[in-house]
Amino acid sequence: MHSEKRGPAFWFLAGFFGLYVLFLYGPMITIVVLSFQGPQGGLTFPMNGVSLFWFEKLFAGVGVVDIWTAFGRSFRLGLIVCILTVVISVMAGLAFRRKFRGAGLLFYVAIASLIVPSIVVSLGIGLEFRILDDVIKSLGNALGIEAIQRGYTTGMGIFTSGLGAHLTWTLPFGLLIMFAIFNRFNPSYEEAARDLGATPWQTFRHVVLPIIAPSLIGVGLFGFTLSWDELARSSQAMGAQNTLPMSLQGLTTTVTTPEIYALGTLTTAISFSVIAICFAAAILVQKRRARRGSDAGKGVV
Amino acid sequence: MAAPALTTSKYAPYWQAAPIALIFAAFFLIPLAATVVVSFWEYTEYSIEPAFVSQNYLDVFDGCFADLPNLCVTFKTYLSTLKFCLIVWAITLVVGFTTSYFLAFHIKSLTVQMALFMVCTIPFWTSNVIRMISWIPLLGRNGLLNDFLLSTGLVTERQDWFLYSDFSVGLAFVHLFTPFMAVPIFNSMMRIDKALVEAAYDGGASTWQTLWNVIIPLCKPGIAIGSIFVITIVMGDYITIGVMGGQQIASIGKVIQVQMNYLQFPIAAANAVVLLILVLMIIFAMTKLVDIRKEL
Repeated sequence: MHSEKRGPAFWFLAGFFGLYVLFLYGPMITIVVLSFQGPQGGLTFPMNGVSLFWFEKLFAGVGVVDIWTAFGRSFRLGLIVCILTVVISVMAGLAFRRKFRGAGLLFYVAIASLIVPSIVVSLGIGLEFRILDDVIKSLGNALGIEAIQRGYTTGMGIFTSGLGAHLTWTLPFGLLIMFAIFNRFNPSYEEAARDLGATPWQTFRHVVLPIIAPSLIGVGLFGFTLSWDELARSSQAMGAQNTLPMSLQGLTTTVTTPEIYALGTLTTAISFSVIAICFAAAILVQKRRARRGSDAGKGVV
Repeated sequence: MAAPALTTSKYAPYWQAAPIALIFAAFFLIPLAATVVVSFWEYTEYSIEPAFVSQNYLDVFDGCFADLPNLCVTFKTYLSTLKFCLIVWAITLVVGFTTSYFLAFHIKSLTVQMALFMVCTIPFWTSNVIRMISWIPLLGRNGLLNDFLLSTGLVTERQDWFLYSDFSVGLAFVHLFTPFMAVPIFNSMMRIDKALVEAAYDGGASTWQTLWNVIIPLCKPGIAIGSIFVITIVMGDYITIGVMGGQQIASIGKVIQVQMNYLQFPIAAANAVVLLILVLMIIFAMTKLVDIRKEL
């Protein structure tokens, strides 16, 4: 670079960067500390003793209605979104390595899905399912199908419209990561596999997949965490049920005790655990690879 | 990407792309179409009827043009949202650019660079609502900021305007969305050939001249992508404004949300269409300024 010595510019920028990191993490650290408030403590400092009181209260489910159901729902939804995001993104990534009709259009739709305001997507999905419900109900009446007339209320739900809403948010990220992965991918491994007589599926399963596996952890990380924390697209798309972030948002106006910090700490802890597990997994795979050389093509992993 | 075929079939890309295409069709394109269609429907207090009326759009801009020197509620709301957009965009741009510049050009070790980059992006994977709530103990009436200002004597009594105000909304926007600006800019900067920067210095350019004439022009696509992210998020926001504004500050997103809660779907849809057109116009203008495709 320009100067080998670290001049005042470096220290100014380093200071700025340090303050930015403090700005990013400071508030989060505050609520983690405050979630250990004593039973008499309030929403702000000073700490009134240190205790697990608010966590106990949270686990007992007092004051917070149905939070554990929402918790479980969000976790299941996050896992499903995670798996679907990885599988669908890998397939789409493979497709985009070759020319196909509509590729440009599909790409622009994916980008649009990322930047169209979430409230518009959410409203749209809500409307779509309402119209669908009306159509199904009137069909049921017209054709006299009793099951629909009696039992059908709505097609909206966490794992139908809600799942779709989350995928419109996670898939563009997944696709962009896949582009980055396949941009760096050396196709000669595949050619070698094919020359040795591997079928397309064998080539994918034993050559391509092991090579891209560590990066797929990143795609999965996006899938889970973006869904776990998703709120803007969920609001009109979940039907009658709430996800955890929706419950949390509701609590911001009603709960006035550190219990909400305890819940925040717990949710953040889960986010951080998922991130840590993903990083550990990625590093482990890298290390194993460095030790053994590339195991691509050996059919392990 | 000149890659060999994964499979020999020329139809392979179609079935491989089918799932993602179907999901975008079912949960993005059809919903957008439904929004446009419903925005022309009629509604009363009790029902929503298919129709083709422009009443909803007239209602959105009711009296806006007749009273023009005075701003109607809709225009005021749009203006307020645009104001937040502009302020947040400017701050995230400066902060995002400065932090990325430090990472890309002042940190020599790739490992340290990546570690610090992760430090900046990890909050992106945590809950926005919690990150908003976490300002309460700092900005509240009995919060740390008030404690600090009182103890230094800068203020004589506790200030109420730190929380549930325009200030806290703007602060939360910057807090939440700077990574959206910083990551694309950092990505652009990492692609700059360091030899170009060297050449500028060797040619006698000062740090500022290099920054202005070499680095910033080469970062334009990243800046544009980051700006699109930040602007579209702030334009459609209703959650941050709701939580950090104490449900007292208007925004377009909030108007739509309230109308949906009252089941006034046609007018909510009309508002959504107007918002969407506005956002698309902004993006179109930005892509005219900068060719983003180079970056993708």
